[in-house]
Amino acid sequence: MTFDQILFYVFSFWFIASSLAMIFSRNAAKAVLFLILAFFSAASIWILLEAEFLAIILILVYVGAVMVLFLFVIKMLNIDKSTLRAKFAGYLPLGLIVAAIIVAEMTLVLGANQFGLEVVATPVRHTADYSNITTLALQLYTEYVYPFELASVLLLIAIISAITLVHRNEVNRKTQNIAEQVKVQAKDRMRLVSITTPNEEQDND
Amino acid sequence: MTDFWLWIHALIPWFDGAIATILIILIKAIALVGPLMLVVAYFTYAERKVIGYMQLRIGPNRVGPKGWLQPIADALKLMTKEIIFPSKANIYLFLLAPVLAIAPAIAIWAVIPFDEGVYVTDLDISLLYVMAIGSVGVYGIILAGWASNSKYPLLGALRSASLLVSYEIVIGFALVTVVMIAGSVNLNDIVIAQKGGILNWYWIPLFPMMIIFFISALVETNRAPFDVVEGESEIVGGTHVEYSGMTFAVFFLAEYANMIFMAVLAVILFFGGWHSPFEGIAYLGVGFAWVPGIIWLLAKTTFFMFLYLWVRATFPRFRYDQIMRLSWKVFLPWTIAWIFVVALMTQLRIGPWF
Repeated sequence: MTFDQILFYVFSFWFIASSLAMIFSRNAAKAVLFLILAFFSAASIWILLEAEFLAIILILVYVGAVMVLFLFVIKMLNIDKSTLRAKFAGYLPLGLIVAAIIVAEMTLVLGANQFGLEVVATPVRHTADYSNITTLALQLYTEYVYPFELASVLLLIAIISAITLVHRNEVNRKTQNIAEQVKVQAKDRMRLVSITTPNEEQDND
Repeated sequence: MTDFWLWIHALIPWFDGAIATILIILIKAIALVGPLMLVVAYFTYAERKVIGYMQLRIGPNRVGPKGWLQPIADALKLMTKEIIFPSKANIYLFLLAPVLAIAPAIAIWAVIPFDEGVYVTDLDISLLYVMAIGSVGVYGIILAGWASNSKYPLLGALRSASLLVSYEIVIGFALVTVVMIAGSVNLNDIVIAQKGGILNWYWIPLFPMMIIFFISALVETNRAPFDVVEGESEIVGGTHVEYSGMTFAVFFLAEYANMIFMAVLAVILFFGGWHSPFEGIAYLGVGFAWVPGIIWLLAKTTFFMFLYLWVRATFPRFRYDQIMRLSWKVFLPWTIAWIFVVALMTQLRIGPWF
């Protein structure tokens, strides 16, 4: 067994183990942490496949931003476990059907008949000066530039619609104009008044 | 460097293959982390001295000559202190949090080029690596806040999470402008692209980005005036409230290692890394040619480290919502606008940078 293979099995083991731990852990925050470990293992496997750009982006976007927001939300929520369990049996059949469909689709699309050793040639090892990011950028900005731009416009629409959804009515919204607060000068806030005290000498006694 | 390893190989024949590779990486890592920890220790001393003088005090001067042994005394004190676990805290996550804070803070140094050919690893996508590993560091703070089972740490962690996610975007866009000029995401290539004296460094075409990057670095490292994560006047000590002894010291080390890292990164991206400022000038360039590049890098980094202290002693703390506004309404439009400015400059080939 070569060093690459040892690494592959180690990372795969951690990937599967942490994914299972994520599903079976009762604590939502711990589940998120196991999911982060799963992402890291997946990124490591991608690096073994010489897809280092994808691996780094997986960590940057999912671990660095999305999972932080997940933890953020989980910390703010007060999850009542009993109400969750009460509906468990009711949702079980539907959940099983959805899971079965997903597994069937995945086997059809990602199975051996699509990505098996007979269909796809063994990937070639590149030399040390091979730049994955340059290759990817050339493909993305020349051949696939329209799909790429369409995808970005789609994301922009998603952002705008999400903002408009929560930003509809200006009812009782308390806002502060920080630009005005920052610009404020001492003379706007403070007025120096000279007070004449006629009985000063008497008060001092 | 390669000559040196060949010489070692001739001296010790069995020193070859995988064992040699691992040993060399280990030696490089120790040669990096050891001095780093020493710099962190004396950076805390410098901080107390500099801020002391700025506030017309003397600062630490009791332990050793002129207080030089103060950081060592501090370290000994923290090491011998009792570690207290809050009741009902999640012990595993409570102890995992400092580890998750320090590990990225040290791992991020692997790709920094200190001189031509002096680095632990020459990663092809080192700038992305820096961003990815830097964004992982926030888990230490978030977990510390959540696992402590206490009010103020939780508030500090929430502030930290939202701040870091906001400023990550700003830093990302600022770095895009650097990548656009240098044409590479390799830190080594970015420094090499800035060769040729002080006017060829990227601080001139990217002046607003440099300022935005430095202010965002202050936020990312929880430094004053943006230290709301541990704002003493509002939430006691933020995420560190429940941590004592060595567990607190590890957070402290991580914070200062991150600060120094951000200073080095600013130098590499905007101030020519290891290049001498006198390159290309008639007599000064030749006269200073003997100075090794690492000296220039460290000198420039020291200036940025001093800026951290200067800023801390000068400005009052920002309010939390003002920091958020600064990110989303001031910095983000500026960075996006500057991407177009840089695109224009690249097309028109202005100056010596393109």
